[in-house]
Amino acid sequence: MCLGVPGRVVAVDGPVAHVDFWGVSRRILLDTVDEPVVPGDYVLTHVGYAIRRIPASEIGETLEFYDSLVREEQADLMSRDVKEELGAAQQS
Amino acid sequence: MKISVERQTQRLEFRDKQRAESLVACLAKICDSMAEPVSIMHVCGSHEQSIARFGLRSLLPSRLEVIMGPGCPVCVTDMPEIDSAVALAEQGIVVTTFGDMFRVPGSIKSLAEAKAQGAPVKVVFSPQQAVEVARQSSGQVVFFATGFETTAVATAAVVAGNPPENFSVLSAHKYIPPAMEIIAEMPHRRVKGFLAAGHAAIITGCKIFEDFVERHHIPVVIGGFEPLDILAALVMILELIRDGKSEVANAYPRCCTAEGNAQAQRLLWQVFETGDGVWRGIAHVPNGNLRLRTRYASFDAAIRFADKLAGLTCGVASGLAAECICGNIMTGIASPTDCRLFGKDCTPERPVGACMVSSEGACRIWHEYGGHLLAANEDK
Repeated sequence: MCLGVPGRVVAVDGPVAHVDFWGVSRRILLDTVDEPVVPGDYVLTHVGYAIRRIPASEIGETLEFYDSLVREEQADLMSRDVKEELGAAQQS
Repeated sequence: MKISVERQTQRLEFRDKQRAESLVACLAKICDSMAEPVSIMHVCGSHEQSIARFGLRSLLPSRLEVIMGPGCPVCVTDMPEIDSAVALAEQGIVVTTFGDMFRVPGSIKSLAEAKAQGAPVKVVFSPQQAVEVARQSSGQVVFFATGFETTAVATAAVVAGNPPENFSVLSAHKYIPPAMEIIAEMPHRRVKGFLAAGHAAIITGCKIFEDFVERHHIPVVIGGFEPLDILAALVMILELIRDGKSEVANAYPRCCTAEGNAQAQRLLWQVFETGDGVWRGIAHVPNGNLRLRTRYASFDAAIRFADKLAGLTCGVASGLAAECICGNIMTGIASPTDCRLFGKDCTPERPVGACMVSSEGACRIWHEYGGHLLAANEDK
């Protein structure tokens, strides 16, 4: 439950970012992030809120790990937790 | 002891195999240079998931033990807290909560059992969804909130964001640094270093542990969740232990900073303050609970529904629950496989203790991935 999930910011609309997670777009709230977020950035999200901006240049390692969890065909405990995080945010 | 394992540990394919091998060799070398075996504690269910899922313990030197501490917020929620949520639901108030909390047994029943008997309980994935439930409802809606500081920030944001009047929060949010104090002060403590949770430290910053390491003479290293992140953090902790240095180090710099997320901290402490409370099976933890500040009392379900919660008596664990050793597991004194009930009378389908319910509970994780036994027996 403490595992934030990274997504790529597609658009920013005031306090809301439209964030792409493996092809699925979600509305993520920005009230809890302490840096300006712009399209192209990645944000680490938890229960629908962004908690950290990650510059695109530093996302490689993080993304690869989540990639393997999300693409897991047979869901297991950890990949289910990651998918639940995606369920926490509204579709956009 | 043969344990049931739902799923085999993943064979780990390191992104950078050479780096992994060098980190593992480094761990072995440092362990060999030390006079005694070393125990390191982590305090995060997601760390345990990653360690167990990828079979990391099978790579560790035999003289290095990595144990899970009180890193599951749902597991440490005290029975009276769950009983309160059940009592509200049974009096007709809509109670929303996360899926893990839904199934944790209180002294008499879980929220899931209350729902099966007709009480209005809804599972949500976020505090925002609980607010949406309130917006679409004419009656009272309570969010039974669980999670460490990472999650409490989101609850703080919805409370500070003018939720509807029929919305309130029953907070079971926990704050992890005071629980580390309890572990550090335990007599005969064998833990020599802490691996702190990266995503909680994103919020609070690494500096928050500076007083702690000074007072307890024990190093703390903040680590990420990928297998390589964890191995790198373990190397850093071992080096600090070997060199007798009580310091805070950051092995997750791409996400964590010294100061943390100032905006999230502002929201967290604007809405919440710390309070004393019992952590289930562990101890009375001074400042370990997060409760709503007086200025948000109108959104505090414990105050709004004080009359409905008055006189609530908490039952005592009986039968199988009295044999549950979740408390010892969460303080690192015992492993899930030390429990007589593990995998037999206590399973994810029929959990006795909270650690078998939550996806962040050590028992649930070991039941799924096999814990250290599988790791130690395979590919060694």
